[in-house]
Amino acid sequence: MHIVVNGAPLQVPAGTSVAAALAQQTPGTTRTSVTGAARAPLCGMGVCHECRVRIHGRTHLACQTVCTEGMSIHTDVGTAPGNATL
Amino acid sequence: MQTTDVLVIGAGIVGAACAHALAQVGLSVRIIDARLGGATAAGMGHLVVMDDNPAELALSKSSLDLWHTWAPQIDAGCAFTACGTLWLAANEEELQAAHAKRATLQAQDVACEMLDAGALARAEPALRTGLAGALKVKGDSVVYAPRAAQWLVAQAAAHGTVVVEQAEATQIDGQTVTLRDGSQRSAGAIVLASGIHAPQLCPGLPLRPKKGHLVITDRYPGTVRHQLVELGYITSAHHSDGTSVAFNVQPRPTGQLLIGSSREFDTTDPTVNNTVMARMLQRALDYLPGLADLNAIRTWTGFRAATPDSLPLIGGHPEHPHLWLAVGHEGLGVTTAPATAQLLAAQISGGTPAINPAPYAPARFAGLSTP
Ligand SMILES: Cc1cc2nc3c(=O)[nH]c(=O)nc-3n(C[C@H](O)[C@H](O)[C@H](O)COP(=O)(O)OP(=O)(O)OC[C@H]3O[C@@H](n4cnc5c(N)ncnc54)[C@H](O)[C@@H]3O)c2cc1C
Ligand code: FES
Repeated sequence: MHIVVNGAPLQVPAGTSVAAALAQQTPGTTRTSVTGAARAPLCGMGVCHECRVRIHGRTHLACQTVCTEGMSIHTDVGTAPGNATL
Repeated sequence: MQTTDVLVIGAGIVGAACAHALAQVGLSVRIIDARLGGATAAGMGHLVVMDDNPAELALSKSSLDLWHTWAPQIDAGCAFTACGTLWLAANEEELQAAHAKRATLQAQDVACEMLDAGALARAEPALRTGLAGALKVKGDSVVYAPRAAQWLVAQAAAHGTVVVEQAEATQIDGQTVTLRDGSQRSAGAIVLASGIHAPQLCPGLPLRPKKGHLVITDRYPGTVRHQLVELGYITSAHHSDGTSVAFNVQPRPTGQLLIGSSREFDTTDPTVNNTVMARMLQRALDYLPGLADLNAIRTWTGFRAATPDSLPLIGGHPEHPHLWLAVGHEGLGVTTAPATAQLLAAQISGGTPAINPAPYAPARFAGLSTP
């Protein structure tokens, strides 16, 4: 299955979560903290919200989302003013 | 046994401010905190001048003055933001209430001004159209209370002899406090600032838990610029019974929006109640329709320590000469911690309080029994 992470193509097996797909990529992180630090999935079960990513314009939890064909994922949630869901 | 001048039980915002004020008047202080989780870590941190009655106005205004003197020194983690408050009037009747509030506040030299419907829309474009106007209170601010409490303790340590200990007090007996491990600490005076937990050490305190829900969103900088509160809050917040919700949104320096508020008696269950949460969010959407498109990342609850007359208990326990109370700050304890501390420190050290302490004296409640 083909997905696109921050504009770069990536191939993953069907059933892969977005968090697992991101882990295969460098740097393997998800969003950026308010002080600019890279964040990665922490709890893996939808509680900590550290794994927020932007998928087709909306914020999703990477650990709770399964990759679909052609999915375009961005890891810039919260780093630009007002852009988190845009 | 080591003895300090004052032992403060509780390092929430109230206990921390007390330790700070006591150290400033030159007393040695021991602070003990059990890390039981308190209102300080669960609340909103709105620093707001409230004027339901003259005593509340005197305490909150005197506190705001202190917050403003601290503001230039306070560290960045405390997120002090001078955003002001907009008290929103949905209709003509609330607009009249806003005018009355302005007159009350201006009589006490609190800087505020009326915004008409147009000016309000320009000040906060995300608000729904059709609001009647707002009262803008310029000096109101926002602080991140858990960090501010730490900062106050650190400042206290810089001022004088301060010991901080993680321990749970299980009994107060005269000038001696017994801890969970059986050891004892003694002091010239004991300040009870343990929030909603206080009746466990001092039975008879007239405190009731008042539960509140909060929601925080992801980061959307610039969506809202002021602390926004509906004027209906004044009527809904102080109902003594029944569950009420009111629109209250706070812009955080991170660009996140903190959304409140709910008030609920007769429960000590900390779980998020989705029915109350839904009512609260619906109320928020009535004012900020665009919230529907934003992501919430966390919800939680907290308990305010409410007194029968909505004023805190600040001062000496009527029956126990060495026991001082700083409890019952309900939904205003972050705001009123500084003046509480100053009142108490003045009384303990024999100084002159900045405002009249009488309205907050615990002795106003009959039957405060033996701890
Ligand atoms: C939802 C909500 C929203 C709020 N919003 C605002 C707001 O916008 N503005 C505002 O001004 N206020 C607000 N408040 C109110 C404010 O948070 C409280 O009034 C204030 O935090 C009370 O502080 P405190 O230090 O008295 O108590 P707490 O913060 O509860 O601290 C008590 C401390 O005592 C310790 N303790 C308890 N028992 C013992 C023991 N036996 N031994 C040792 N330590 C002990 C606990 O560990 C705790 O740290 C809000 C509250 C809630 C719940
Ligand atoms: S890793 Fe915690 S919510 Fe996804």
